[in-house]
Amino acid sequence: MNKGLLRYFGKTVARMLLLLVAVSMISFFLVNNAPMNAVDAFLGEAKVTDEQRALIEERWGLNKPPLERYLIWGNNVLHGDMGESLYYHQPVSKVLKEKFLSSIVLMGTAWILSGLIGFVLGVLSGVYRGTWIDRIIKTFSLVLASTPVFWIGLLMLVVFAVELQWFPLGLAAPIGKSVNDVTLSERIHHLVLPALTLSITGIANIILHTRQKLIDVMESDYVLFAKARGENLKQLVTRHGLRNIALPAITLQFAYFSELFGGSVLAENVFSYPGLGSSAVLAGLHADAPLLLGIALFSALFVFVGNLTANIIYGIIDPQIREGGGING
Amino acid sequence: MEKEILLEVRHLSIGFESYNAKVEKVIFNAISDLSLTVHKGEIVAIVGSSGSGKSLLAHAVMNILPDNARTGGTMFYKGELLTPERMNRLRGHEIAFIPQSVAFLDPLMQVGEQVVGTLGEKARALQQKAFEHFGLKQSVAKLYPFQLSGGMARRVLLSTSYVAETEMIIADEPTPGLDLKIAIEALKDFRLLADQGKGVILITHDIDLALHVADKIAIFYDGRVVETADTQTFRGDGQGLKHPYSRALFHALPQNGFNLQRCPKCGATCATWNVDEKGMRCGCGNS
Repeated sequence: MNKGLLRYFGKTVARMLLLLVAVSMISFFLVNNAPMNAVDAFLGEAKVTDEQRALIEERWGLNKPPLERYLIWGNNVLHGDMGESLYYHQPVSKVLKEKFLSSIVLMGTAWILSGLIGFVLGVLSGVYRGTWIDRIIKTFSLVLASTPVFWIGLLMLVVFAVELQWFPLGLAAPIGKSVNDVTLSERIHHLVLPALTLSITGIANIILHTRQKLIDVMESDYVLFAKARGENLKQLVTRHGLRNIALPAITLQFAYFSELFGGSVLAENVFSYPGLGSSAVLAGLHADAPLLLGIALFSALFVFVGNLTANIIYGIIDPQIREGGGING
Repeated sequence: MEKEILLEVRHLSIGFESYNAKVEKVIFNAISDLSLTVHKGEIVAIVGSSGSGKSLLAHAVMNILPDNARTGGTMFYKGELLTPERMNRLRGHEIAFIPQSVAFLDPLMQVGEQVVGTLGEKARALQQKAFEHFGLKQSVAKLYPFQLSGGMARRVLLSTSYVAETEMIIADEPTPGLDLKIAIEALKDFRLLADQGKGVILITHDIDLALHVADKIAIFYDGRVVETADTQTFRGDGQGLKHPYSRALFHALPQNGFNLQRCPKCGATCATWNVDEKGMRCGCGNS
């Protein structure tokens, strides 16, 4: 068991490194071949001579061949230096940390909201399959599933920020206040709309999966047998239904990390919420290669950790893995 | 002394509704016009080949058929009409069902817990007794279904009928996978229950086994009972049996020399012949 666990972790770390190398190579190649030019973006409207331009390129190392630049960058990253963001004029690691802290609140809230609401509605819909409750929930999920995030975001803004004026139009805190003066309630007030918007993208998926899984379980032989032994609907759902859909629900919830990240790019932009997602767009628009690469690496790591967490939780709570001779990758 | 009727199934039919390629409703009939009577103190064996709908009969009595099943006919239990609602109250208490495979155990619940079910603390002591009776260590109670061997799973399933005070047991293929000693033990249990005035329906494809314990044997073919006969009828050359299919089945037993009648015209064995209420004949047209 211990040896198996060790091997599992060894394999996981190796896979993570491979993933990061692959992601960094592909991102580097894409950024390198993008029509954006860092020098142009840096200069903006400013007019410079060709010599001055060449000077900047040399100082930034842009005159070296791409492979050499990649190796220099890779070597620096290995030594903990992710370079300096061209847009923020700050070390990339510092920008990442700041933006992630602000994003994690948004993503975390959306993650928990969508998980809870999705699971509860999915179970309701599965238990009362074919009734009006099921039909309402199903229609709701299908509508949500076919609606783009940014559009929902705009709709939310129109209804709740512009018409009803319940929530602010954007940003993470009131304009013109210093960071230290912002209260918690103000932060939450600013968080509600983006978090709701972001969570809505995942809810439909979670509802429909939970519903289907519960229906499968309720039609299984073991539920039939439990029924034949006199268990009522409530006992069937709580004793067998929830137990057997818990694991797939966890997988789904953690697999949703990647969608969450993608969704946050859109949601943060619609609500001008200063997080990783909006930084990714800014970095792209301003040819901020170091930051862009940093975000790409970080998001890959984030999604990987999500899946890894799901695997570990599986190993802890699924008896078939826990007592069946170690975790298998 | 005329024995009291425990369960009576009259003209049961089971069909499954589905939609064909043209989205028309079609009904596939799995069981048609099945009648069966179980008296108190009796073991009735239902013998038939795999896929002949034996399990469906059990599921129909227990009212656990899938939603798209359509049933016809009536059932009586202790002289009163057995409605689905009444069945829902009786099952798990008065009427116990022993399913046929480990798939009927919740894969994520410890088996001891499953045997106890929702019957409370009183059942826990009975569960321990049942495990002891069937030669299962008490530590087995803490195992999950995937950790059981086929025989252990079967014994766990048998234990589930032990924890309730049952009047009737419907056992669906309870013996395959058991070693001989335990199998005989399980069958003795059924005999014991029957001798206490309870009723047992034993569903099996093993006519030999049925002959050993059952009082009556219902020969099942393609969703119908072609003949119900006392076990004594299956003696000698089987001439007491009315239906040719029952006779053919009896003659095919090892102790009767694996005898298979052949069609005089084309030579096909009777295992491939068509069977209906009256008799059986070869598909080539010769009777």
